[in-house]
Amino acid sequence: MSILPPSQKIWWKEPIHGIEMMWIILALIWCLVLFLWMPYWHVYGKQNLSNESYKTSPEKFESKANAMAKEHTVRTDTKSNIPVVHPPAGSDVYLLGRMWQWWPILELEKNKTYRLHISSLDWQHGFSLQPTNINLQILPGYETVVTITPDQSGEFAVVCNEFCGVGHHTMLGKIYVK
Amino acid sequence: MAAKMFRQCPDSGLFFHKSAESLMKAHAVLGVVYLLVGGFLGLLVALTRMPSLHLLSAEDFYLALSIHGTAILIFWIIFFEMAVLYFAASTLLRCRPATPGIGWVGFLLMVIGSVLVMTAFFRGNSSVMFTSYVPMPAEPIFYLGLILFAVGALIGCFIFLGTLVIARQEKTYDGSVPLVTFGALTAAIIAIFTIASGAVILIPTWLWSLGFINHIDPLMYRTVWWALGHSSQQINVAAHVSIWYAVAAILFGARPMSEKVSRTAFLLYILFLQLASAHHILADPGVSSTWKVFNTSYAMYLAVLASMVHGLTVPGCIEVAQRKKGFNNGLFEWLKKAPWANPVFSGMFIAMIIFGFIGGITGVVMGTEQINLIIHNTIFVPGHFHATVAVGTTLTFMAITYFLIPVLFRRELIWPTACKWQPYIFGGGMLILSLFLLGAGTLGVPRRHWDINFSDALLQFQFAGTAITMLGIAGFGGFLAAVGGALFCLIAVGSLIFGKRLDPGASLFSSFGFPMASSCYNVERPGKLGLAPVEQTGDGGVQAKGTFVLALVFLASFVVYFFINAKYLSSIWPMG
Repeated sequence: MSILPPSQKIWWKEPIHGIEMMWIILALIWCLVLFLWMPYWHVYGKQNLSNESYKTSPEKFESKANAMAKEHTVRTDTKSNIPVVHPPAGSDVYLLGRMWQWWPILELEKNKTYRLHISSLDWQHGFSLQPTNINLQILPGYETVVTITPDQSGEFAVVCNEFCGVGHHTMLGKIYVK
Repeated sequence: MAAKMFRQCPDSGLFFHKSAESLMKAHAVLGVVYLLVGGFLGLLVALTRMPSLHLLSAEDFYLALSIHGTAILIFWIIFFEMAVLYFAASTLLRCRPATPGIGWVGFLLMVIGSVLVMTAFFRGNSSVMFTSYVPMPAEPIFYLGLILFAVGALIGCFIFLGTLVIARQEKTYDGSVPLVTFGALTAAIIAIFTIASGAVILIPTWLWSLGFINHIDPLMYRTVWWALGHSSQQINVAAHVSIWYAVAAILFGARPMSEKVSRTAFLLYILFLQLASAHHILADPGVSSTWKVFNTSYAMYLAVLASMVHGLTVPGCIEVAQRKKGFNNGLFEWLKKAPWANPVFSGMFIAMIIFGFIGGITGVVMGTEQINLIIHNTIFVPGHFHATVAVGTTLTFMAITYFLIPVLFRRELIWPTACKWQPYIFGGGMLILSLFLLGAGTLGVPRRHWDINFSDALLQFQFAGTAITMLGIAGFGGFLAAVGGALFCLIAVGSLIFGKRLDPGASLFSSFGFPMASSCYNVERPGKLGLAPVEQTGDGGVQAKGTFVLALVFLASFVVYFFINAKYLSSIWPMG
């Protein structure tokens, strides 16, 4: 009984049950497959987490985003005139999160690659691109750089999926892909 | 003549020491109080997330969600675990507890700490969720409350270790400690290093909230916090797996198939857990893929291996015991003839199945570096942990409570029909909730979100209709689970108050921590706890074939689900 001490004092010398051994081997093999799958995907998979990030400050990041918006704004959207920015393919694109908005609205071209920089000006936010479903954690003071290649055209939403205060549910951004 | 401090339960044969018994009762009762509070708010959360009802306002929703998480995940579970620790050391080893006076100090600190945290929540300025990520601020008493609670729990862990030392010195048992006590020891060790991580991050955060420190780095906070946040869940796993073995022993007289395998599996939890928490920061900037892959692989997968081993050995030992009783036809007669109407068994078995199939598999898939991209912070995450914690841990604790009410509190259970159905209602409700949250999460629905229709946002976006439907069904599951949870609280509290006394000395107040009448304690020193009887037939004779088939079904589901998600990952935008 497992609420009694083992029946022999030197229990660790007892042989292991056949099916237990078989199961341990099977489970271990599967664990190794799970482990090897991650480096495999880094080599052969196309969707990987970015390893590029920098320490930054809200002011620094905001000024970079402003500079990009100033240069490449093509029109404004919604009644609060959020700029829609169309940066050249291959360029550095900035997206900033703040309570409770992703700014600015981006317009990208299909099958072109961009270096997307994301950071937060205040609290932690979650970058969740929908309906494509890419989810990243965004921290204030850290600038994440993700190289993305939109391969579908259409209208995509950036939902904040890290709780960031009472207006969290209104924090929505937009990316257009043409 | 020394005072008689022990009583032997005539039904179970277990020995209870007067002071340990009082501590167990007090901790267990407080745990149930928090289950009631947290469960009620959980119901409100579920009814708000149900798109057709959308019950609470945004502010109340985030408040309720913060309380729900903290009250259940920390207060209910850790109070109950302290009771488990006193049981596994003092009762199972037939030993007096070390320093019971200090045990009460620990208990008091846990009560004060939890009340402070609750106060901070209800004042309304600390809706920071269970994770309380900086720089989002909570009131200083929130952090202080958590710190005091942790110190109290730490005291409980050290008393557990002290009790083991006393049992060894006074030679109250023969050979090694029983497997259940060994599992509890695992839980205590994990608790100690987990609480240490908590102190490393919560003390500076408290000072920050008071204005003595001006900056806490959010990435550092997350890295250290998760060494508390996830490892603390492994205390639950070690505790509830120990209880599974205990239930198998109590109900079936089952013995571990191999002591060596089961104990090594517990040891793996201790060795490979802390850094496995790295899987919480897979989507974070500032940490390299090499670090993420290294820490989630060697650490997590060896801990996963341990759980997979328990997943075979727990039902396996039940099968062996049942086959010896003659339920030997076919692969599954042993399982069909199990006591499915006894909530101690049904609760434990449902917990084990859902924990493994739903909680375990989804946890590992989500902990894979790249697959995490499609899951991080979606409602998939609560789907996963409701299967592991709400079913695995909470339902196991409920199941053992049905055993403890007559044995520890000496009260008969009231309402036998409700007792019989409760694990099915709670487990079934949670199963629906988990499955549909997992589904909605796969479609991208965020967690911790008041309104996924974004009705008062400047921009517009709509999730797929399927996702909305799934949230509605999940809400129904949550409602059903809340009915099951409420039934449990009614049965537990009702039995303590109205249940028939099994001992004349079991008065109402003796249920809540006060010792029973002194006439109940009639043993001065229990006899030494002897070795389990040596098996007559040897191991080769009886095999657990049915369990092995179940294990293979589990492995197949695991493999299929993993590759389905890998396929899904390959369909999103290329990125790197």
